[in-house]
Amino acid sequence: MTAKSGADILLNSLIEQGVDTIFGYPGGAVLPIYDALFKHPKIKHILVRHEAGAAHAAEGYARSTGKPGVVLVTSGPGATNAVTGIADAFMDSIPLVIITGQVPSTLIGSDAFQEADTVGITRHCTKHNYLVKDPDDLANVMKEAFYLATNGRPGPVLVDIPKDVQVADGANCDSSKNQKMRCDIPFEADFNDITKAMELLANAKAPILYTGGGIINSGPHASKALQELAQLSNAPVTSTLMGLGSLPAEDDKWLGMLGMHGTYEANMAMNQCDVMLCLGARFDDRVTGRLDAFSPNSYKIHVDIDRSSINKTVRVDLPIVADVGKAIDQMIKIWKSRKFTAANLDDWWARIKGWRAVECLNYPANKDEIMPQYAIERLYEATKDKSPIITTEVGQHQMWAAQHFHFQEPNKWLTSGGLGTMGYGMPAAIGAQIGNPDALVIDIAGEASIQMNIQELGTASQYRLPIKIFILNNQWMGMVRQWQELTFKSRYSESYSDSLPDFVALAKAYGWEGIVIDHPDNLDEGIAQMLDYDGPVIVDCRVTQSANCFPMIPSGAAHTEMLLDNSTVSGEMDDEAKALV
Amino acid sequence: MYIHKEKSERHVLTLTVDNEAGTLARIAGMFTARGYNIDSLTVADVTEDRSTSRITIVTNGPPATIEQIIAQCERLVPVHKVTDLTEEGPHVERELALVKVTGTGDNRIEAIRLADIYRARVIDATTKSFIFEITGSPEKIDTFLTLMREVGFVEVGRTGVAALMRGHMPS
Ligand SMILES: Cc1ncc(C[n+]2csc(CCOP(=O)(O)OP(=O)(O)O)c2C)c(N)n1
Ligand SMILES: [Mg+2]
Repeated sequence: MTAKSGADILLNSLIEQGVDTIFGYPGGAVLPIYDALFKHPKIKHILVRHEAGAAHAAEGYARSTGKPGVVLVTSGPGATNAVTGIADAFMDSIPLVIITGQVPSTLIGSDAFQEADTVGITRHCTKHNYLVKDPDDLANVMKEAFYLATNGRPGPVLVDIPKDVQVADGANCDSSKNQKMRCDIPFEADFNDITKAMELLANAKAPILYTGGGIINSGPHASKALQELAQLSNAPVTSTLMGLGSLPAEDDKWLGMLGMHGTYEANMAMNQCDVMLCLGARFDDRVTGRLDAFSPNSYKIHVDIDRSSINKTVRVDLPIVADVGKAIDQMIKIWKSRKFTAANLDDWWARIKGWRAVECLNYPANKDEIMPQYAIERLYEATKDKSPIITTEVGQHQMWAAQHFHFQEPNKWLTSGGLGTMGYGMPAAIGAQIGNPDALVIDIAGEASIQMNIQELGTASQYRLPIKIFILNNQWMGMVRQWQELTFKSRYSESYSDSLPDFVALAKAYGWEGIVIDHPDNLDEGIAQMLDYDGPVIVDCRVTQSANCFPMIPSGAAHTEMLLDNSTVSGEMDDEAKALV
Repeated sequence: MYIHKEKSERHVLTLTVDNEAGTLARIAGMFTARGYNIDSLTVADVTEDRSTSRITIVTNGPPATIEQIIAQCERLVPVHKVTDLTEEGPHVERELALVKVTGTGDNRIEAIRLADIYRARVIDATTKSFIFEITGSPEKIDTFLTLMREVGFVEVGRTGVAALMRGHMPS
């Protein structure tokens, strides 16, 4: 076996893993890898404009294709710039492999130029990370890195490679055949547990399926299986922000999203259910509201691939550690073989009908100004037949998109849930478009968030990516302002979006198309113009400034204490409430 | 407003981990990052090929937190096994301490007498000082230190707890 440089071994591993795209940015400490890339035209490198963009783009690629996203950045500032995206992927369980250059191993610890303790900095926002000190270890490390990123609960894995290790020759060019992967993948769920779960579900008077991002991570099959389980059990289905699209929104079992900005029917059903089957969700604080008032009378079954998610915030009655897709398959099998039938749920559905009648997503009509919810509705109507991929930034616009855009398939909704990272949407759209060249990809943005990674306009121009950015421009950090109205007696401390750029001129400067929509009468036409344009477009959709996002369960309140409209929002909260996230 | 605190329990955990760079930092850092307590932590490799280390952590927290601590430890890639000895049943805990004491006259005699009762050995002596080596449960060492404080205590170095399950089974 001939020896190869560390950089070549690395690229070999990438090819072996089937990687065809990497998102990156060069610099001193990765030059040997970039030079090796030159010889590997099979791997397409997407040059971003900022390393945060690389990480989010890789997330968008991963989330929309189901394949791991790969990031390549230099040491020091390259690595630290990528940290936000890495932390984001960690929170939302997105499979990434991040390769960072490091100063030569002989200089580590000497405060060398562009040295940062990357492994130290990313230790708690990666699933695992490595500092590779010998090119002979690289092949095995890379294999394990991909394995860890994609198996069990997916997540980011970082490999830090000193420059001398990239240049030096290694004799182990291939990973060893009998390498043991250190990744606990849960066994098939216990037959008795699944049977018990199905017995409970079949006998429930008021069941609910509470689903999350785990269903998406488990693969498209899990979404199909979920649909079948809902059909068999006649149970209503709600989902977290991360799980949207796993059950088609047109399904009659669909209650809409739950949680802080979830629907009235979803939250009331969660509160009143007698059996809760949680599938690949993690009882996040945005979902549960006040813990001691969370679904007080239900028997809780929790299926999660990560045992640490179980009993973390809410104690459950029947924990099942398993891949949720496989667990649902088992459930369906047992349901059928035991010839279970759903109990009569007419009463339960009648109550749900009552909650639905509240029409919690209604908003005041406005003839003169564009209501942001209306803009999303029209965007949905205009694009629903094109099966678009929607990304978002973070804020009110994100929640309105989750409420008013309806998803029929998994992997079409890319949003920063756990970390809530403004600036996620555009690079994620870039990654999604790279992974799905023919798809319609739209970033539903806020005027503040979009500026956080605005430099990525250049990336889309360079690779001729026809992504669309639809800015709901309310001239406010709307979500911040909404909280200030709710909690701090409308003292608007630094939440106004001042000195906004001319988004159309900005678009043009990057070779994009720019469109302003500023009246409800022009909305459909503007959207059509955006869709017709063969290339990237920014739409500066001027929406009414004062709208707030409802329904809302204020932080620390119970599901039943939901605010349905603006009239309830104002005043000052006590310190306990102010301290809540 | 006040920050709510729950009642804590002491638990002794042992972890079997890969002996590689960063493992300890990963575990200790996870405790800090998630706000868990470490009362003591000992680590040393325990296999002939030095590939595996055993870490003994004494921690405290409400039961739900202890459960999370164990799950979070298991989630770390180089951690292969976590055992909660406090839950598993009877186990032995030992700690070693080196205790420096100075004094002359009655204090010096009293120190030696107490050391004898506690089976502490003298491993260094001058005309004005002793260093005692004492092994035992953490409580025994605590009591010994309380007594030494009355007769000329200077400083102590403690190893932290090492622990094994009683009986013939591995923990
Ligand atoms: C990186 C980052 N910084 C700060 C925040 C806090 N934050 C949440 S929403 C928001 C305002 C977003 O404003 P905009 O993008 O205009 O969206 P809108 O709420 O107006 O729709 C801020 C500052 C965040 N989520 N992410
Ligand atoms: Mg805004």
